[in-house]
Amino acid sequence: MEKVGAVLIVGAGIGGSQAALDLAESGYKAYLIESTTSIGGVMAQLDKTFPTNDCAICIVSPKLVEAGRHPNIDIKINAVIDSFSGEPGNFTANITEKTLYIDMEKCTGCGVCGQECPVEAIDVFNEGLSLKGATSVKYPQAVPLVFAIDRDYCIGCGICKGVCKAKAIDYDLEDKKSELKVGAVILSLGFDEFEPNNMKHYGYGIYDNVVTSIQFERILSASGPFSGKVLRPSDGSTPSKVAFLHCVGSRDPKFGQEYCSSVCCMYTCKEAVIAKEHMEGLEPTIFSMDIRAYGKDFDKYIERAQNEYGVRYIRSRISSITEIPETKDLKLSYEDEKGRVIQEIYNMVILGVGLNPPKDAKYIAEKFGVELNEYGFINAKPLSPVETSRPGVFVCGACSSPKDIPETVIEASGAAGKVNEILSPVRDTLVTKKEYPNEIDISGKEPRVGVFVCHCGINIGGYVDVPEVMKYARTLPNVVLADMNLYTCSADTQTLIKDKIKEFNINRVIVASCTPRTHEPLFQETIREAGLNRFLFQMTNIRDQCSWVHMHQPEEATEKAKDLVRMAVAKSRINEALETFELKVTPIALIIGGGVAGMTAALNFANQGFQAYIIEKEKQLGGFALKIYETLEGDNIQEFIQDLIKKVNSEEKIQVFLEANIEVIDGYVGNFISTVNYGPNKTSTQLDHGVVLVATGGNEYKPKEYLYGEVPNIITQQELEEKLFTSSEIQKKKSIVMIQCVGSRNDEHPYCSRTCCAEAIKNALNIKKKNPEAEVVILFRDIRTYGFKEKYYRKARENGVLFIRFDKEKPPQISKENENLKVSIESQKMGKITLNSDLIVLSSGIVAPAEGNEVLAKMVKVPLNEDKFFLEAHVKLRPVDFATEGIFLCGTAHGPATISESIAQANSAVSRATTILSKETLLIGGAVSVVDKDICTGCKICVRICPFNAIVKDEEGYAYVQEALCKGCGLCSASCPEKAITTKHFTNEQILSEIYALGGKEVI
Amino acid sequence: MTVQTVDDKSINENWEPKIIAFLCNWCSYAGADLAGVSRIQYPPNIRIVRVPCSGRINPNFIIKSLTDGWDGVLVSGCHPGDCHYISGNLVARRRFAILNELLEFFGIEPGRVNFMWASAAEGERFANLIKKVTKIIKELGPNTKFKKKWC
Repeated sequence: MEKVGAVLIVGAGIGGSQAALDLAESGYKAYLIESTTSIGGVMAQLDKTFPTNDCAICIVSPKLVEAGRHPNIDIKINAVIDSFSGEPGNFTANITEKTLYIDMEKCTGCGVCGQECPVEAIDVFNEGLSLKGATSVKYPQAVPLVFAIDRDYCIGCGICKGVCKAKAIDYDLEDKKSELKVGAVILSLGFDEFEPNNMKHYGYGIYDNVVTSIQFERILSASGPFSGKVLRPSDGSTPSKVAFLHCVGSRDPKFGQEYCSSVCCMYTCKEAVIAKEHMEGLEPTIFSMDIRAYGKDFDKYIERAQNEYGVRYIRSRISSITEIPETKDLKLSYEDEKGRVIQEIYNMVILGVGLNPPKDAKYIAEKFGVELNEYGFINAKPLSPVETSRPGVFVCGACSSPKDIPETVIEASGAAGKVNEILSPVRDTLVTKKEYPNEIDISGKEPRVGVFVCHCGINIGGYVDVPEVMKYARTLPNVVLADMNLYTCSADTQTLIKDKIKEFNINRVIVASCTPRTHEPLFQETIREAGLNRFLFQMTNIRDQCSWVHMHQPEEATEKAKDLVRMAVAKSRINEALETFELKVTPIALIIGGGVAGMTAALNFANQGFQAYIIEKEKQLGGFALKIYETLEGDNIQEFIQDLIKKVNSEEKIQVFLEANIEVIDGYVGNFISTVNYGPNKTSTQLDHGVVLVATGGNEYKPKEYLYGEVPNIITQQELEEKLFTSSEIQKKKSIVMIQCVGSRNDEHPYCSRTCCAEAIKNALNIKKKNPEAEVVILFRDIRTYGFKEKYYRKARENGVLFIRFDKEKPPQISKENENLKVSIESQKMGKITLNSDLIVLSSGIVAPAEGNEVLAKMVKVPLNEDKFFLEAHVKLRPVDFATEGIFLCGTAHGPATISESIAQANSAVSRATTILSKETLLIGGAVSVVDKDICTGCKICVRICPFNAIVKDEEGYAYVQEALCKGCGLCSASCPEKAITTKHFTNEQILSEIYALGGKEVI
Repeated sequence: MTVQTVDDKSINENWEPKIIAFLCNWCSYAGADLAGVSRIQYPPNIRIVRVPCSGRINPNFIIKSLTDGWDGVLVSGCHPGDCHYISGNLVARRRFAILNELLEFFGIEPGRVNFMWASAAEGERFANLIKKVTKIIKELGPNTKFKKKWC
């Protein structure tokens, strides 16, 4: 059966959107199906994100806008799946797009209908904390920005229909059914929050001041119900004492779920910090069992919260909450670590609710014929983390297990990477390539400016005197046409603009309407279709900056609109046509590191038909995994890794260089040239490639503490695992003590190594299996068995493994008497205790190969973090990219990771790299910076300051901008003491022209 | 071209300052958009110039704005850590810290030139910033210290 070059993506949160963008950029048609009325999912609801406190909407909305306007992405909102059939490469899905009662094509998102709607319906986006009209948009920055009528609340009064100038409202609009042919599917359904309704002891839904963490997230949001102020729902007063409760619905088989929800420890900490930032004087307290800050830089965040923000942590699970009726304050009682029962009064309590499988997971699983796991999540196996039980149907994000944003993004790209493996033969078959007329040469021609002023229905026209603005525009120099339109963005106006360009021989176009952030690409496209270069378009925003914000001052709003048009004309007159060039891409990948991540990536490239080089410093492939025998879940790693090595060695498209090191990497995205020395004789060779994948892995920490190396009975977890699988030595041991966080979470290595808790539990369970009589004690600081790993923690306790907690300040002491080892420890609960042991196992952490990483980082010009792991371009949304284009990372090079996570990251990095390799040429140029060599003094300020390493020195010592890497931010041109650098489209002259347009100086 | 002398302006009780605002495309401009979408009202005294990044703003733009008769200047970028270009706003911050001292040395009143952050989610904060800046500059009166007398 013939393959289809299209992909169905179910769920348009950050995961679905990322997958769609990757696939659309790799030559596939992506259908992005969303059950609500806009894309963005939970991330768009968040105020800030940990551990950087990035504003969520700031970082996600550019991505959503990009998805919204990508020609290869077809977004279907308010949609459900009716049926699904077929085989990998060729599936058929039938979907229904439920009617919004508003015509998406006509709706401009102006919002007049929502304002006029007399029915106050509940606002779902603000988690029931505020009201909005029955006609509404999900949130102000929604993509697509269309309104929908909620017929459950709508009374059919027809007011909205009357006020809608775009004639978009149609009560008779029916559901739309369609059949989609696709080659693969990605399920990215996200999650649903746990609803604590059954937890009467917490009083959720009974006491006003007990809210869930997601409700609190909306309270914190500047665009939320209280405009970012922390207020009590009961009386709108400012709380001072606020309590956060962990594990509400998680690690709690009685009321919720058995597993750990993975993200709550971090998001409660973030909410506490942000609440404190919003309201000085707030005293946040967090009640937790373990603090599971297992991700990159998470521990540092928790520490900062405690030390800088005064967030108080108490290790306890709250048993009950009662309300004090007079004050609506809440009384919490808990048992402290010494067993005393303590009562405290709080003004507000936030329940850190866990992540449940999405409500529609069961329905979707049935429709797509995929298995669910025991908890109701879509089943994915550790060694194939983005694959479901049905070939051709992939999964990403929180619908396969609770996870945070970066892991979701990694899996989203990872799933896209796997799709590439199946569909690469039909790449570029369903994407449409648009043909444009030749560009009109405007060089040397007098500027002829056309100005289009938009009424935007009544949105602008109702407050700004649009005819007056139009008449004013006609008086400005070089303006040959000024016109006004009801909706400048409507399809018929695009035709009109094109006609006017021809009729009046216009070579500069200005639209005075709404925001360029959403509409500039549309108008740029229009003028390009008319033969004008895209950069000859200029937009000015007289809606968001005039009519909507000066509604009660129409005269001033009109004056301001005139000024803005004047400024736009001033700039437009000197706007220039900018050239773009095509740069050939070498469709080969260079992968540094031949471990699980590197080999997985190489095979994915090869399956897509791309060549790959693996550079491995050791004499054999396999890396860290060669020393691992089993995963916690019981997968055989030795078999897996040998199989992987065999596949790599027999794959023609992969060339492996062993005992190899890289001497130089030259060039830039699409066109790298590297010199590699390999083999026992260090043979030197030059390799051409288009991308670089950094998969250098990590090492086990060799303990300097706890008498390691001095006493044979003190070994590391890795050594224990090897002995467990290769000898019967361990079966003779009677008393085994394991010590966690050896070489992790200390001053030397302040981060969590993420894998050691699971490793210890895995080995403890294996010991118990072989010798149930053996005593196993695990000394820990926090047990971080996140996600479904929690099951094994429970199992270990059930099997009699003893867990004793210690504080960082009071680590266990080891002493040796003759052949006997003694471990003494101070436990909060049990006081000082001494354990006799015949084997001590140190859970030593993962460290970065610091020296190697430093050399490589300098060579490819990418940063390392404080712990010498590689630092990605963006912690949340670009987890496997570097800021420098064409270079990607995966596996432990990024930070401690499990094998499963490394596999997901490898496929993810491949998908990101494929967006480059799948193109024959890259388009470069446009609004980038350029250096005037005649003025440049070679001072290198720009070279140092460029965040993208786009500027280098040429042979003569002058600065030179590599256009392929430049993003046009303009840092260099603003920093150049000689004014030798010009940032095109935002040149000094162009910005000054706007300044001068209203100043005292001449100009226009 | 009409030329108003400084004195003309200051005797006019209804004098309204004109303030130029350089906003980065990704956060602050988006914050201004959100103020618009949310219909948050603020004084009509600012005129926005969109730039890719606060790091694009050359101190010269600020000086020229003052010499050319704008009564106040506002520069707003992403909050530290949010920059679309990784570190552009931090470079801007360093640059403006120095510029601020220089302006003070020149005798430019504190408050005539303002640097701040506003994110894409902070429509209300943006409006409040504009209210605050407009108030400060109204109190300062017309820009006389730096304005060139062109004719």
